[in-house]
Amino acid sequence: MEATSGRGAQSKRPLSPHIQIYSPLINMVMSIVHRITGAALYFGSLLLAWWLISAATGPDYYNYVVSWFATWPAKIILLGYTWALMHHMLGGLRHFVWDTGYGYDLKTIDLLSWGSLAGSLILTAFIWIAAVNLGGA
Amino acid sequence: MSMRTPLKTARNLGSAKEGADHFWKQRVTAVANVFLGLFLVWLIASLIGADHATVKQKLANPLIALALLGLIISGTVHMRLGMQTIIEDYVHGEGLKIVALMLNTFFAAFIALASIFSILKLSFGA
Repeated sequence: MEATSGRGAQSKRPLSPHIQIYSPLINMVMSIVHRITGAALYFGSLLLAWWLISAATGPDYYNYVVSWFATWPAKIILLGYTWALMHHMLGGLRHFVWDTGYGYDLKTIDLLSWGSLAGSLILTAFIWIAAVNLGGA
Repeated sequence: MSMRTPLKTARNLGSAKEGADHFWKQRVTAVANVFLGLFLVWLIASLIGADHATVKQKLANPLIALALLGLIISGTVHMRLGMQTIIEDYVHGEGLKIVALMLNTFFAAFIALASIFSILKLSFGA
């Protein structure tokens, strides 16, 4: 067989297995979601900045911006933002536990991963129920 | 036998010359964000449906303004470090990566400056 060199030969080398080869375990899924929620919060920071800018600009512009936040698509985005914040926060707390070197037995890994998912949903529901009762979102 | 000089070991900075700086800043801001993020949730929930005068008065409160400034600084540092990691993981072209890293810094700086300016204006200004 003739020896080959260059890019053509490189592409045929065996690759190490990547995520598509593994069944989705909960800690792996929560790790991926942690990164996705982080990226979502990154772009969502525009909403917080916009709100602060509008408050600093004046009553007319503030009312205009808040009227946007009161629309249904915006409410769904804000609900998602709340969930992303809670999930990312609990995921971060989970990583604090792991940073100390503890919580690496399989039962604890599953408990912390499922717990952060359940906790994020419960906290989001709690915040929105409280917010609706406080001010009528 | 280690090829490292004793000074290199003592500095403990690694090949990128920044040691655990990124890791540690990410963790310190993360701890701050737990408290400041919950503060933000409370603040916004308490201001739903409020008119501009009420919002302005509340945001001009020194304690609330200080906590908000803390959140903006800690939050933008944290999100810049996080997005830097995402870019370094997925953007492999050297040129595009440098551009993306720069845009990441500009975006975080824009959020920080616009927010800080707004909070200070509400506290000191018109």
